[in-house]
Amino acid sequence: MKINLIHLIRIVRHGWKNIWLHKLRSFLTVLGIVFGVASVIAMLAIGEGASYEARKMIESLGSNNIIIRSVKLPSDAKTQQASTLGVYGLTDRDFRKLETIPSVVKIIPAWEMEEDVWCYGKTISARIIGTLPEYKDVMNLSIKTGRYFDEVELQKSEPVAIIGSTVRTSLFPVEDPIGKTIKIKSSYFKVIGIAGEKVFAGASESFMAEDANIAVYIPLTTTRLFFGEYEVKRGPGGVSSWERNWVQYHRFILQVAETDKILTTASLISDVLSQTHKKQDYQIIVPLELLRQAEKTKRIFNIVLGSIAAISLIVGGIGIMNIMLAIVTERTREIGIRRAVGAKKRDIINQFLTESVILSASGGIIGVLLGILIPRIVTKFAGMMTLITPWSVLLSFTISVAVGITFGIYPARKAADLDPIQALRYE
Amino acid sequence: MNQNNNQIIRFEEIVKIYHLGKDIDIPVLRGVSCEIKKGEHVAIMGPSGSGKTTMLNIIGCLDKISSGKYFFEGKDISSFDDDALSEIRSKKIGFIFQSYNLIPQLTVLENIEMPLFYQQVDEAKTREKAIKLAHMVGLEDRIKHRPSELSGGQQQRVAIARALMNDPVLILADEPTGNLDSVSGKEIMNLLCGLNEKGTTLIVVTHDANIAKYAGRVLKMLDGRIANEN
Repeated sequence: MKINLIHLIRIVRHGWKNIWLHKLRSFLTVLGIVFGVASVIAMLAIGEGASYEARKMIESLGSNNIIIRSVKLPSDAKTQQASTLGVYGLTDRDFRKLETIPSVVKIIPAWEMEEDVWCYGKTISARIIGTLPEYKDVMNLSIKTGRYFDEVELQKSEPVAIIGSTVRTSLFPVEDPIGKTIKIKSSYFKVIGIAGEKVFAGASESFMAEDANIAVYIPLTTTRLFFGEYEVKRGPGGVSSWERNWVQYHRFILQVAETDKILTTASLISDVLSQTHKKQDYQIIVPLELLRQAEKTKRIFNIVLGSIAAISLIVGGIGIMNIMLAIVTERTREIGIRRAVGAKKRDIINQFLTESVILSASGGIIGVLLGILIPRIVTKFAGMMTLITPWSVLLSFTISVAVGITFGIYPARKAADLDPIQALRYE
Repeated sequence: MNQNNNQIIRFEEIVKIYHLGKDIDIPVLRGVSCEIKKGEHVAIMGPSGSGKTTMLNIIGCLDKISSGKYFFEGKDISSFDDDALSEIRSKKIGFIFQSYNLIPQLTVLENIEMPLFYQQVDEAKTREKAIKLAHMVGLEDRIKHRPSELSGGQQQRVAIARALMNDPVLILADEPTGNLDSVSGKEIMNLLCGLNEKGTTLIVVTHDANIAKYAGRVLKMLDGRIANEN
């Protein structure tokens, strides 16, 4: 079979004319394909966006890290009276024990509290984090201006602080905060650095990632010196309803030497901690495992999406086949005439197959445009992150063309197999 | 068989049987033998059901024969397949029908151009030729119209222009004036006879004796056989 490009273009133009002749019918016919393609692209974009966010958040925890968090058990709150002293969480003893695990390279402890930060009458509720200089590296913190505190400042318990970007904008809307003084409780701290902004959507809490934007980082020794080891949770009433807890460490970040040792190390940590903690007032978070889980979820999500899309595209294809069969019947006489003036069966097949592919491909194009538009609307109004991948556009468009071929071949064959004489007599 | 140089069609004992259902066979042609020379004008007459249209369809390679032999320009095409027969229709034959058979959604010009579309002839050349033919049949001012906007006589003239598009050696007309008044009918016959005078073989099926008069030879058919030849 010789394929003549110029002739092909003429066939396509010819087919396009016939489709354009029945605009409404053609439009209704391709709606199935339009929605099929648009939903594939839009849903994949939303899914991809969500999993991208999740992945970023998990990665920000460090994939070679294991994080242990102190957890206040809810039963404690019931049995204990308010304003009495609760004790929970990770301790120095845990620290020393965990240090002996060979695959653990380093443990970075962190102590936290929620407290108001003041400066020249302005205030913001921030998360005060006392930790070590290495914290910056294991948590992938970026420093926009200034610097992080160092080993010397840690040794000397210097009153220095690094502030998050939200803290900076509410306390220092215009002036340069470096070198300025902020007040936490009754102590004063010198600002030496500003952390880079981290963009997370609201879902970050579910992955235990901290909101670095409202954090204030201070040397651990300094927090010990100024605030001790107590945390105060302010209740809704007066001072009497405040809840005081004795917590040595809120978080350990354990660096593990090799990625494939992470899971065994995690179970070892679980064993070690369960020996000394009667209640499970801690939580072990393995970012790598979360990452794997997220990927698994995404795979399932894609399979579900894929089958929904496949069904809608098949339905769209059946719609096209239905109309093409009607068109063949409607134009039986035309087919007879074309055969009489010398059209071969192949020419008739080409004509009708081209029309069905034009239908499905234009449906595909409209669907792609709609599929690109919908995620933008979702992002704008629902604030969800969306990510349109080129392969989803390419794939769904290719499928729409393939649907046109698959469901167009039968009507086209039927048209070509008509007896020319019968077709010429058809009324 | 060597005198077939000026012979365009030879039928040898052609039989055509239509199969309706399993056991019902309807013989339409029961052994037809005849010859038609190049440049002849032949009329085929006969009552309805005599097989004249079937004969025309077989001559025009639209229908296949059940038995016998069909020589077209000296070649036995009895066993040609669908593609080969399409090729002959495309290159050698022009059809004219009683009901014009123009494609309604195409313009006059596009209808005329159609035969060359399937020969994949260059678009500009096709257009040029179609306009020339539209001139010839006197429809140069109607080329952008749709068939439904034309009178019967005009539509049939479009059909003639279309039939001439591929420079056929043979024009087959099935009751070409059947749907026309006598004036338009005369015009159409004059057009066709003019073509015949220029050397194109013309075969007309009709049951109108006035139309048959134009022909140089009349084949009278009855019950699937040639009853009379003069």
